Amino acid sequence: MAKASNAARPEPQRLNSVEELATLRQELLDSKDPNQAEIVVCYGTGCLASGARQVEAALKKALKAADMDVKVRPLIKTTGCRGFCSQGPLVVIQPEGIFYQKVSPQDAEDIVQALAQDAGPVQRLLYRDPKTGETIPHEKDIPFYKLQERLVLRRIGSIDPTDIYDTIAAGGYQALAKALTSMEPEQVVAEVEKSGLRGRGGAGFPTGRKWRGALKAIEKKGRPVYVVCNGDEGDPGAFMDCMVMEGDPHAVLEGMILGAYALGAEQGYLYVRAEYPVAIEHLSIAIEQARSLGLLGENILGSGFSFDVRINRGAGAFVCGESTALFTSIEGKAGEPRPKYVRSVEEGLWGRPTVLNNVETWANVPLIIENGGDWYAGIGVPHSTGTKVFSLVGKVNNVGLVEVPMGVPLGHIVEEIGGGVPGGKPFKAVQTGGPSGGCIPYELKDTPVDFDSLKAAGSMMGSGGMIVMDERDCVVDVARYFLRFLEEESCGKCIPCRLGLTRMREILDDFSRGKGSQKDLEDLESLAQAIKDGALCALGGSAPNPLLATLRYFRDEYLAHIEGHKCPAGVCKDLITYRIDPDKCTGCTSCARMCPQGAISGEKKKPHAIDESACIRCGICLETCEFGAVEVF
Amino acid sequence: MSPQESKLIDIDEIIDSYPGRPEYLIFLLQDIQAAFNYISPEALALVCDHTGVPLSRAYSVATFYKSFSLEPRGEHEIKVCDGTACHLRRSELLVEHLERRLGVPAGGTTKDLRLTLDTISCPGCCASSPVVMLDEDYYPKFTTRQLDELLKDLEAD
Repeated sequence: MAKASNAARPEPQRLNSVEELATLRQELLDSKDPNQAEIVVCYGTGCLASGARQVEAALKKALKAADMDVKVRPLIKTTGCRGFCSQGPLVVIQPEGIFYQKVSPQDAEDIVQALAQDAGPVQRLLYRDPKTGETIPHEKDIPFYKLQERLVLRRIGSIDPTDIYDTIAAGGYQALAKALTSMEPEQVVAEVEKSGLRGRGGAGFPTGRKWRGALKAIEKKGRPVYVVCNGDEGDPGAFMDCMVMEGDPHAVLEGMILGAYALGAEQGYLYVRAEYPVAIEHLSIAIEQARSLGLLGENILGSGFSFDVRINRGAGAFVCGESTALFTSIEGKAGEPRPKYVRSVEEGLWGRPTVLNNVETWANVPLIIENGGDWYAGIGVPHSTGTKVFSLVGKVNNVGLVEVPMGVPLGHIVEEIGGGVPGGKPFKAVQTGGPSGGCIPYELKDTPVDFDSLKAAGSMMGSGGMIVMDERDCVVDVARYFLRFLEEESCGKCIPCRLGLTRMREILDDFSRGKGSQKDLEDLESLAQAIKDGALCALGGSAPNPLLATLRYFRDEYLAHIEGHKCPAGVCKDLITYRIDPDKCTGCTSCARMCPQGAISGEKKKPHAIDESACIRCGICLETCEFGAVEVF
Repeated sequence: MSPQESKLIDIDEIIDSYPGRPEYLIFLLQDIQAAFNYISPEALALVCDHTGVPLSRAYSVATFYKSFSLEPRGEHEIKVCDGTACHLRRSELLVEHLERRLGVPAGGTTKDLRLTLDTISCPGCCASSPVVMLDEDYYPKFTTRQLDELLKDLEAD
């Protein structure tokens, strides 16, 4: 990300005490002109993919050309993901909080002119509530945001993540200051215990208990102890951690520094997925800046406590999200898990006591220390406290990042915040927990989204992927998709995972071709159980979950495939037929020209037909037809 | 200076930028992959000498992780996201279309070393599904027709 802020910044000068941090923050706040507008461009991956870079360039150009008083010349700032990805590219005018959506470079001129002439917001770029049809100018009033409780994401979208001063002005490192001046390391652990925080990476292990376990291990084995951040978020369709690392890298760092202070660690590691180059870049910048201000490294804020972190880039292996595999990978080896009869807190990285937490877990720690464990425990529900960030994707209107208190009903997230399924029909199921999780059908939409309720419903929280499926999505296909993914990603060390997943996938391949029997279904269930019981690590052990969950709720759909030889959702290729509706076909010939098989024939301006025997069901005709004449049976 | 020699200098620079310890094996392989687009047998041997890792283990690491390639990869890389959200929007059909057009399976490289076709699982822009990436650029809500145009532009390039 380009350096966005053009405000005058002090030269980085080492802060030697908590008081100096407080003074710096006050100076930063005082130097801010309350009348200066900021044009904030969202640089989340979603907005970048839809053209945010071009929008920013156009805004810069328009701003340069605009005739306005230099004193009030607005700043352009780029931030991490604002969350409302489906409406991107997003631009917000601060301090008013005017929310512009689907902005194109052509809109830049009008945005700048509206500011220059103080003419009120550009009406056509405002969000329109689909229910009432009315425009909503302010971000905070839009239901998507109004219904959320953004704590972990509180700074993302308002700070420039490449500028530590922006973070400090917004309250960054206040928790660290508090801990260093008024808390013993033991108290930090106690606050985290009190908060009830559970690991956001998937399993939901109580963080405080993990830290306490590490302290006990240190008593026995001594130091060094390591703190590690798991940023190897690999669940396809989940990008919460990526956006936290990109949008507020200092939150993750501050959490790790607090953890290191609590445990007496001097070295930390950030293991970040290779596919997240921007996250790696922003974390690297954050580390450098924190070091230069004395917030990281030797003698942090003059307290005598020293701690530093190193980034390890992942190299493309899903299994490295598993704790022991992640440690082996940091040690420079192939990331294969080891059996967990010895816990990582006792024997983790380099065989030393190690605390491994996920990105979002670390980002919660400063909140807990700043506001207290009791405060945190009051959010959410008793056994799942705090908030959780979800990436709400799939067949839902408002695709994006959502943060809600634990325990909110699933249907509320999908239908109220997410705006429901396009077309207004009820959703079919919501897949949670990625390849280790399951799915919750529409009938259970009142299920509270917390660790235990999701598990009871046969799914799991996982890291926070929430994939909405509608009637055009086939559960056999989805189960097969996850199995194929894990088969590919299996490290191959243990047989249940290496061979078991392949066999399960083969049976599902048959199902998708309409072949199979009741016996196969039973075999599948027994094989799934064997893998659950016998796999070495959690990845293999949880791999059958998507299948078992879909089987539990959608057995009929499996039976439709193997007994009825039909794919009710119209997805499984061998069980579907493409046809052209002669009443809708205008004979425009575009499908015939696009068909890679030459399987479509017909005269110009007359209805066309598909030769089923030549059709490979590539879907190109369906995509090409502008008249909705191609149908799938 | 021949290209061979310049490569040699580069690789020495890369190797010397890390301490000679086994834990730096993956760092070195990543930098070499990024610089040369693949890891040649010679490069692997140099890395082993430097880090003290046996060749057998370096080979196991280089073949374990997906971001390493022991074969030269294409000058450009076209990647179709096959994350869950893109899968639901039938990204599979885009992969199959590219496989037919390019005559290589996913993961393969065209004979002229121009293009490598690959799938990725989720770079995190699910609102744009199905998404295609050409090198570092994103192409949101892509169709087979747009793919054809993209390939045409690439050929003309």
